[in-house]
Amino acid sequence: MKYDTVKFRRQPKIIGSYSIVGPKEGKGNFKDYFDYIMKNDLFGEKTFEKAERKMIETAITGAIQKSKLGMKDINLLVAGDLLNQIISSSYAARAFDFPYLGVYGACSTMAESIAVASILVDAGYFENVVCCTASHFSTAERQYRFPLELGNQRPPVSQWTVTGAGSCVISQKGKGPRITMATFGKVIDWGIVDVNNMGAAMAPACAQTMLSHFENTKTTPDDYDLIVTGDLGKLGSEILIDLMEDNGIKLGLNYNDCGQMYFRRDQNTLCGASGCGCCATVFNSYLMKKLQDGQYKRILFMPTGALLSTTATQQGESIPGVCHAIVVEAYEE
Amino acid sequence: MDIKERNRAYNKYVNAKIPKTRPWPTLFNSFWVGGLICLLGQGINDLLLYLFPNISEQSAWAYTLIILIFLAALLTGIGVYDKLGKFAGGGTIVPITGFSNSITSPSVEFKSEGIVYGICVKMFTIAGPVIVFGVLSSALVGLIYYIVYLFI
Repeated sequence: MKYDTVKFRRQPKIIGSYSIVGPKEGKGNFKDYFDYIMKNDLFGEKTFEKAERKMIETAITGAIQKSKLGMKDINLLVAGDLLNQIISSSYAARAFDFPYLGVYGACSTMAESIAVASILVDAGYFENVVCCTASHFSTAERQYRFPLELGNQRPPVSQWTVTGAGSCVISQKGKGPRITMATFGKVIDWGIVDVNNMGAAMAPACAQTMLSHFENTKTTPDDYDLIVTGDLGKLGSEILIDLMEDNGIKLGLNYNDCGQMYFRRDQNTLCGASGCGCCATVFNSYLMKKLQDGQYKRILFMPTGALLSTTATQQGESIPGVCHAIVVEAYEE
Repeated sequence: MDIKERNRAYNKYVNAKIPKTRPWPTLFNSFWVGGLICLLGQGINDLLLYLFPNISEQSAWAYTLIILIFLAALLTGIGVYDKLGKFAGGGTIVPITGFSNSITSPSVEFKSEGIVYGICVKMFTIAGPVIVFGVLSSALVGLIYYIVYLFI
């Protein structure tokens, strides 16, 4: 094994996972898998930012409870979100009595935090580490785009930021799906400047990580029951398929995208879902369930992130993308 | 292949693949909703002139605008205008109601940051450029008008 892929010797387990989503997400395609569906976007708080923070707290507490560990067994929290200075995660971490590492990889944060946590656990420095990622439609919308009440139309390529938080506990011991490999991605920018078209901005980064993952691990798409990208959306995943085909790799029926699967067609989300919460909630609900059931034996989970900021965009910069991959396998004795 | 060439080729490829806005339904909806708003304005104007025969036509226009701005602000506040805007696009942006919406919506949104730093500072984030260009161009026109009148 070389370069950007890590193969875990002790294979850290995901022993508990929890997902919490907003009401719109709770009507989407994964509605039966989420642990908790909020009744409204404010979650009993005064502002959306505070609601996002509370979602993170709930997700972390829920994941720890489901792992059957106590709060004192947790050694570290690795978390991130979309807001400036990742305030949702950092402020939520105040509520817990364990150290905190803040990570930012835009919408790829879930894989980044799991990969970092797995390395720490695999190396034996920490026993139980919690990962958490969240996004909120209303906070993201006002940070990146326009006020909610503004009467404008969304362009057909735009995606809908998911209101949701997902959390999981990664541990040396216990039963649960195993994390066997992780591939860290380079930042790739192919000159897309349209901030609505994040799928196209992220697809090259995803293709790059996927190619180096297959090359480093000597695997092919057929070795995985499911290859799932984060939030490329409808357009982005079509582009990814084309880019992979240009490199001689055919992505077949075992490839899908969380953003594309998330909402039903009549929910009017145009190119699909996006945001940290998109792949985080799918991973910690649907995918975990399918891995525990044994329906999937081995999945390649590759969330993608568009590392843009409004300041950089206004200064005419194009959008850099990043993608990290982790391989999760079903538990074996 | 160098980077510039690759980015150009990729952008060209993406632009060909991108889903496009369907022009006819969008145009149709924005046309009839926009027309309806204008009709409403005319109706208010006529009603004002009918109810208060003593006011001049010019002040009736002013009152009409105030009423339309108020209505749009109210609809923004109760969360209706954005749905209307999503449906009608330009039809709700171009009339003065759209301008009202663009000032009210950030005020509602940034209420959580307080009155001074939230509402007052953010109020003009969208409408600001319109006001700046409006004031500047009217000053410019006034200046030209003044100079032209000096010579005739």
